[in-house]
Amino acid sequence: MKQSLRARSNPLAKTDTQQAQLSAGPFADGSLPTFEAQLQQHRLPAIRPKTLEILQLNMGYMCNQVCAHCHVDAGPDRKEKMSRQILQKCLDLLSSTDIHTLDLTGGAPEMHPDFRWFVAEARKRGVRDLIVRSNLTILRANKSYKELPAFFAEQGVHVVSSLPFYKREKTDRQRGEGVFGQSIEALQVLNELGYGKEGSDLKLDLVYNPSGAFLPGDQTALEHDFKKALQEDFGIVFNQLFALTNLPISRFLDYLIASENFEDYMHALVEAFNPAAVAQVMCTNTLSVSHEGYLYDCDFNQMLGMPVASAIQHIDNFDIDLLAQRKIEISQHCYGCTAGNGSSCQGAMT
Amino acid sequence: MKKSYYQPEDLSKFKNISDWSPELGAKFFEYYNTVFEEGALSAREKSLIALAVAHVVHCPYCIDAYTKDGLQRGIAKEEMMEAVHVGAAIQSGATLVHGVQMMGIHDKLSM
Repeated sequence: MKQSLRARSNPLAKTDTQQAQLSAGPFADGSLPTFEAQLQQHRLPAIRPKTLEILQLNMGYMCNQVCAHCHVDAGPDRKEKMSRQILQKCLDLLSSTDIHTLDLTGGAPEMHPDFRWFVAEARKRGVRDLIVRSNLTILRANKSYKELPAFFAEQGVHVVSSLPFYKREKTDRQRGEGVFGQSIEALQVLNELGYGKEGSDLKLDLVYNPSGAFLPGDQTALEHDFKKALQEDFGIVFNQLFALTNLPISRFLDYLIASENFEDYMHALVEAFNPAAVAQVMCTNTLSVSHEGYLYDCDFNQMLGMPVASAIQHIDNFDIDLLAQRKIEISQHCYGCTAGNGSSCQGAMT
Repeated sequence: MKKSYYQPEDLSKFKNISDWSPELGAKFFEYYNTVFEEGALSAREKSLIALAVAHVVHCPYCIDAYTKDGLQRGIAKEEMMEAVHVGAAIQSGATLVHGVQMMGIHDKLSM
């Protein structure tokens, strides 16, 4: 199996190397505007947070897959995980704030030893939308994990699953040999439990991201194609497809550089800049918490080591009013969320 | 003079043709964009037709643009190659069908 950048001692495993790369080349020689300059050219103000609605937790970097595009650099060789103490702090936040959506990601969040306890506790605190970002294959990994779909249904978990494509070849190329077949099995199990079915409260959304150095097409058209193909070939149904742009971070950044696509990809992102998408970016209503309890504007900033620009940087001294006064930290990767129809963890935005 | 007549970055400057003829440029791009909208044919089908024509007219800019467009639409590489073969078949057929003209002239002039 492939290894993470970190296990391979790849320079891009370090956040400062990634940050330097994102400001080099076309952005250093002025052939492309930095994201900050782009906002100024469009007379757009600095991005600031709105009402905090979503708490996104990165429960850790352990994962059973080593996807070629992973911005977290997750994998079986990564052991970092959120402590029980930090998890408890997150639960306290859910009780003391109006945050209505909890978004669990990783790695594979299901691999966290406290995962089930945490989901059940969060549910007791009245979270309206409890999202688990599942890679699907983990749900087929062993007997214990095979019980998770039933647990999800019992807890009313909203499952958001990665499926890069509705055909085997592209999916396996991006996520590893055999991933497509296991993902299909997991989706069929979720469907049997009522997930994704019309009239059911159990929501099953899929995430599409391009398997290469190109931007996603129209989300509605892709959703139509996914629904048709998965229904016809495997009898699978789901609610929505989220088309996500790959951001030039971590392993996808490594791929872009190694395949000599970095400059062209950044040109494509800049050319697709949509000023209307800026006001909708997910960092305006989301706060991302690292496994160590540090706070970030989004999961991407977390992976680039860019903490919130606030005196409050850790969940231990969380203060919603002080955090609301901050400016969102930006760099050139932000072009990924403002390209075309925009891209967020909930898909296209405009 | 640059070493190649074709420059990849010229593709992104396509819109600049309007600079020296704004009215005709605007009319062309309005027509172009309308052609590729969903209609009796889907935008996906039109993208594949464009890819096939791009090969037939040997336009590297169009091949670049419509390969990327196909990827974004989730068009499989097998579909793209079949479209190219359709273009190639028509192009070679167009050459070969002139053979009938050649045969007619040959027979008319021969004893």
